[in-house]
Amino acid sequence: METKQILETIKMIEEEKLDIRTITMGISLLDCIDSNGQKARDKIYAKITRLAKNLVKVGEEIAAEFGIPIINKRISVTPISLIAGASDDKDYVEFAKTLDAAAKAVGVNFIGGFSALVQKGYHKGDEILIRSIPQALAQTERVCSSVNVGSTQAGINMDAVKQMGQIIKQAAELTADNSSMACAKLVVFANAVEDNPFMAGAFHGVGEADCVINVGVSGPGVVKRALEKVKGQPFDVVAETIKKTAFKITRMGQLVGKEASERLGIEFGIVDLSLAPTPAIGDSVAHILEEMGLAMVGTHGTTAALALLNDAVKKGGVMACKHVGGLSGAFIPVSEDAGMINAVEHGALNLEKLEAMTCVCSVGLDMIAIPGDTPAETISAIIADEAAIGMINHKTTAVRIIPAVGLAVGDNIEFGGLLGHAPVMPVSKFSSFDFIQRGGHIPAPIHSFKN
Amino acid sequence: MKTILTVIGKDKPGIIAGVSQKLYALNINILDVSQTIMDDYFTMIMLLDLSKITVPFDEAKNTLMALGESLKVKVNVQREEIFDAMHRL
Repeated sequence: METKQILETIKMIEEEKLDIRTITMGISLLDCIDSNGQKARDKIYAKITRLAKNLVKVGEEIAAEFGIPIINKRISVTPISLIAGASDDKDYVEFAKTLDAAAKAVGVNFIGGFSALVQKGYHKGDEILIRSIPQALAQTERVCSSVNVGSTQAGINMDAVKQMGQIIKQAAELTADNSSMACAKLVVFANAVEDNPFMAGAFHGVGEADCVINVGVSGPGVVKRALEKVKGQPFDVVAETIKKTAFKITRMGQLVGKEASERLGIEFGIVDLSLAPTPAIGDSVAHILEEMGLAMVGTHGTTAALALLNDAVKKGGVMACKHVGGLSGAFIPVSEDAGMINAVEHGALNLEKLEAMTCVCSVGLDMIAIPGDTPAETISAIIADEAAIGMINHKTTAVRIIPAVGLAVGDNIEFGGLLGHAPVMPVSKFSSFDFIQRGGHIPAPIHSFKN
Repeated sequence: MKTILTVIGKDKPGIIAGVSQKLYALNINILDVSQTIMDDYFTMIMLLDLSKITVPFDEAKNTLMALGESLKVKVNVQREEIFDAMHRL
């Protein structure tokens, strides 16, 4: 082994903040279904605490032995609407509390799967679950929730889109004294994936095995540093450099996932190749785009830069691991990225440009604060726009938006920790009320005549 | 378990002596050593065999990192596989 290579790896971890963002254990709760809600919850608690009891310990051991930080240990479960729907319960807050208690018992910081998939329509469980989301997120600490409202195959459920605007408003108001934190734990998806290890949108799909280990890597700082060495060179060189760097980053994910799966005796699912930023200096996706030659992220050229980055990350990562999955691309959460926050504060980045960026990157409008008095219908319309981008372009899109109660454009909302802080951004002052009131269903798009 | 120990810092007498003494005390065998000065920094890389180690891995790692602090150098202890995984197909 060459000295240079050993030192390169150490430098990536120590100076460029390469880390494993999350080891997420996906657990199926299908065998916990019971017509008695309490019995179902007892089974859920028992299964999660049995399978995940060593997750945190194993994660810490691997981090110590290999010298690579593993930031989060998390759990995703089968969408609770499917599990709780079999019971006679009229409210699923108790299910969220059970998930929260299980997460605390095993020491994971988030548990995802208080979810419903309603792209085509609601069943009884979906209806109750969605209604329970604001209270469930307000009364728990570690539970994350997601709702899939559209897909390329099914179109967009506009009744669900309408309802989610109201649910987001309620969630914000219920947690107004805590930075509307419930909204940071709630994602509205189109084309949600079943093996995503990243929160808040993780859930364990019904097509998955009983229990799997999925890994999410990170490392925007490493990509940025690699691009600093090819300043001014053509985009072919930029793409090559990103591919090579993504390969190295992903190899870490493969190694850690394989090791965790062997030690826990649980099948290894996928590595999610996403570049996930944190508010820490040197851990920003925006700064990668700026390194390509943009004075500030959000200016003209940003969408092209992000498209190149997203694609090169996938190309480099795909060969580096056995199974790729999840969202795999670049995340652009505003509050969690120092460069994005800076761009919003300087007026370089707005919601319209972010929407364009979501057409070419892995997710969508993520961790965006808007004024607290934004009407529910405007939020629904923002969701509808994102879902339409996902539906037409065969990709996952999502909205995680925070109506900052009592705050207006120019104010700042603080979430703390990895969630960072967000400047409140303006939304269009023109109403989408009548559009959202229609409800119904936007039909699935035609899959031919592509232009 | 094969492990890579790296020592990086300002050169001064006693770094190699201090580190190898501590490794001996922990019953860790040194399989290979390379040492160079890079950009004015003392850089040593050791390949270690921890199969007969007398204490748990964590404890050995912490002892060695603490030793690094007292010698004013940065000591890292990591399993060899992480470097293999990143740089070898």
